[in-house]
Amino acid sequence: MKAVLEVRNLHFRYADGTPALNGIDFTLAEGETVALLGANGSGKTTFLMHLNGLLTGEGSIQVCGMAMEKPNLRAIRAKIGMVFQDSESQLFMPTVLDDVMFGPLNQGRSAAEAAKRGRAALETVGMAHAAGRAPYHLSAGEKKRVAIAGILAMDPEILVLDEPTTFLDPPGQRALADLLVRLPQAKILVTHDARFAQALSHRAVFFQSGKIVAEGSVEELARRFAWDLEMEGAR
Amino acid sequence: MQPALLDRWSRQASILHRRDPRAKIAAALVFLVVVATAQPALLPVSAGLFLFLCAGLVVARLPLGGALLRAGIVLPFTLTFAAICWMAGDPWRGVSLILKSYLSALAVLLMVSTTPLPGLLRGFERIGAPRFLLMVSQFLYRYLFVITEQAQHMSKAAACRGGMRFRAAAGALAVLFARSYSQAEDIHRAMLSRGFEGRFHGPEDTRFRAADALFAAAACCAPLLLRLVIERVAA
Amino acid sequence: MHIPDGFLSTPVWATLDAAALPSVVVIARRAQRGFDESRIPLLGVMGAFVFAAQMINFPVGVGTTGHLVGGALLAYLLGPGAASVVMTSILIIQALVFQDGGLLALGANVTNMAIFGVLAGYLPYYLWGGGRWRRVSIFAGGVLSVLTSAALALSELLISGVKMPATVLGISSLLFLVSAILEGAITLAVVQALEGIRPGFVRKPKASPALGVAAILLATVGVLLASTAPDGIWKLAMTTGIAGHARSLFSTPFSGYELSFLQTPWLRKASAGLAGLALIYGACLLIGRAAARNRSV
Repeated sequence: MKAVLEVRNLHFRYADGTPALNGIDFTLAEGETVALLGANGSGKTTFLMHLNGLLTGEGSIQVCGMAMEKPNLRAIRAKIGMVFQDSESQLFMPTVLDDVMFGPLNQGRSAAEAAKRGRAALETVGMAHAAGRAPYHLSAGEKKRVAIAGILAMDPEILVLDEPTTFLDPPGQRALADLLVRLPQAKILVTHDARFAQALSHRAVFFQSGKIVAEGSVEELARRFAWDLEMEGAR
Repeated sequence: MQPALLDRWSRQASILHRRDPRAKIAAALVFLVVVATAQPALLPVSAGLFLFLCAGLVVARLPLGGALLRAGIVLPFTLTFAAICWMAGDPWRGVSLILKSYLSALAVLLMVSTTPLPGLLRGFERIGAPRFLLMVSQFLYRYLFVITEQAQHMSKAAACRGGMRFRAAAGALAVLFARSYSQAEDIHRAMLSRGFEGRFHGPEDTRFRAADALFAAAACCAPLLLRLVIERVAA
Repeated sequence: MHIPDGFLSTPVWATLDAAALPSVVVIARRAQRGFDESRIPLLGVMGAFVFAAQMINFPVGVGTTGHLVGGALLAYLLGPGAASVVMTSILIIQALVFQDGGLLALGANVTNMAIFGVLAGYLPYYLWGGGRWRRVSIFAGGVLSVLTSAALALSELLISGVKMPATVLGISSLLFLVSAILEGAITLAVVQALEGIRPGFVRKPKASPALGVAAILLATVGVLLASTAPDGIWKLAMTTGIAGHARSLFSTPFSGYELSFLQTPWLRKASAGLAGLALIYGACLLIGRAAARNRSV
C-alpha cells in the first residue's frame, strides 16, 4: 500500500535543551488509522507539531511524497489536517461558516467556492444547520465536529486528531466515532481512551520518553503497558 | 448574559435585519449627529425622535419594552451628571444630557440588535475604518466570553475559600493572563495549520442593493426632516 | 470613565473624532507594517483578557473592592503601540455591544484612555523602568494612566459646558486619585506575579526618542488644555486637576515652566476650546506616529 506519511529518525530538542523526540520512525499508509498511545509528556503532541511544520526537528518527514521544506509547506498543510485538542482555539472565526471557509480561502479559492466546500463539509459532519451560528454557543461535541469540517473543507489526505474525546460526553464520543469511521482519509489518533482507539484504529504505537517503544494492536499494547481498557486493575 | 441576548436579537429576521450594514451605520451616524446638535425645542424634538426609534424597533420585530429598558444602561451615569448640573444651577442641561444620551444609546442599540456584530464590523471596514483594528475587535468579541468564563470560575473558586486577598487576586490575574496568552498561541498554531499566510480573507461581500440605498436615504432624511419640522412648528 | 453620547458639545466630539481616529489608524498601520496579520488574535485575546480582568475584585479596605483598568499593564506587556490598539478595540466593543460610552464620543474616549492613558502609563516605565526605580515607575505608570484619562475626560466635559460645582469637582477628583493609586498598586502586583510565572512576559522598556517627544507633548497638552479654556477649566486646574497635571509635569522636565505657562494672559483669553483641541489634534497625530514608530507591534 502507498505510504502517505513517512517519518525517519526524527529528533527534537526544546530551546532550553530538553530532548523531546529521540529518533522517531513512523509510517502511515493510505486510508489507515493508527493510534498513538503513551503517557502525558511522552512526546506525542510534539511529534504531531512536526507533521505540518509547526516545529522543525532533525530527520526526514515526507507527506504524500513531499519533503518537509519551506516551499512545500503550503501544499503539505493542505494535505494534512490537524484537529487540535481545544476546539475553542481552533474555531476562531465569528461564525461556523466563516470558520469552515477559512482553510479553503487560504488555499486561494474564491469566496463562493469556499462557501460551497464549507457547506459540503458541514453536511458531512452533520452540522449544516449551524452554519450561521457563533462557535461559542455550540456544545463540545458540536464544536469538535465543526473543527473536523474546517479540516475536511481543505480536502486533506491525512487527518490528525489530538485527544478528540476530551470534553465529550459518552453520546458525543459515540457520534464522533461513527463520524470518523465513515471518513475515508488516513488518520492519526492521539488518545488516552484505549476503548475509543480500539474501535477506530488498525494498529497502534506506544510512545515513551520521545521514542516509539512498541507497535501492535491497541489491545496488545494496552495490556502490555497496563493501559487498561476496563480499569479492572483499579478494583 | 446580556450580550447573548443581543446576539440572538441580531440574528432574527426582519426588513431591518436584511439591510446592508453600511446603510444602517450611515443611518445611525446621521441620527446621532441630529441628536447631538439639537438645541431649540429639545423636548418635542426628542419626543419625535424617540417615536421614530420606537417605530424602528417595531419594524425590526424586537421586544419594545426590553429594548427601551436595555438602553437605560446609560441612565445611572447620566442621572448622576444631571444631578450635578442641577446642583450647579443648570437643570436644563441636566434634562438635555438625559434625553440626548438615552436617545443615542437607543439608536446604537437598534443598529447593533439588527446586525450581527461580525457583519457590523465588516460594514465599518467597508466604509473606511481600519481593518486591523476591526479584526482585533472581532477576535476580542469571539474570545470575550471564553476568557470571562475563566475569570468567573476563578473568582467563584476564590469566594468558596472566603475571598481573595490583594496578592492572591494579583496572582489570579497573572494566571489569567498567562492562560490567555497561551490560548492566543494555540489559535495562531491552528491558523497556520489551516494554511494562514499572513492575511485574513474576507468572506463574500454582500451587495449594496437598491433597497439598501433607498433605506439609507429614507433613514438618514427622516430624523433630519423630523427635527426641522418640529423646530419650525415649535418656533 | 466612558463618556456617553450627548455629553460633549459638537466642537469637542467632532474635533476629538477627527483627531483620535486618524491617530489610531496611524498607530494600527504602523503596528501592522512589516508584520502580517498574525498578531491580530493575540491582540484580540488580550482585549478579552482586560475585559475579563475586571471580574477579579481586589479588596481595598472594608467591604470595598476595585479592579484593573489595564492601560499601563498592557503597555508593559505588549508595548505602547499595541496597547493603544487593544484599548481602542475594547472601547469599540464597549460602545457597540454594551452601550458603555458613545459612538460619536468614541474619539474622546479613545483620546483619553487608549492614547493618552496608555502613553502616560508607559512614560515613567520608559524613563526609569530599567533601573533601580523600576517598581516605583511601574506603580507610577498605573497611577498616571488613570489620572490622565480622568483629567482629560473632566476637561472635555467642562469645555463642553457641563457645569460642576467646586465641591463635586473636589470629591470626584479625590475618587479619581484613589482609583488611580489602586490602579498603580494592582498593576505593580500583577507585574510582580507575572514575573514569578514567566519572566519573559514583561518587556524591557525600550529607549526611543519618540517617547520623549510624546512625553513633552503630553505635558504641553495638559497645561494648554487647562490654560486655554475659560473659567471652568481654570477652576479645575486650580482646585483639582493640579493633582493630575502636577503628576504629569512631575515626570517631565517641564516643572519649571508650569507657572509661567498658566499665567500668560493671552493664552487664557484665547478663544477657549478650539486652540486646545487643535493642539490635541496635532498631538494625537504626532504621538500616534511616534508611538508606532517606536514600537512596531
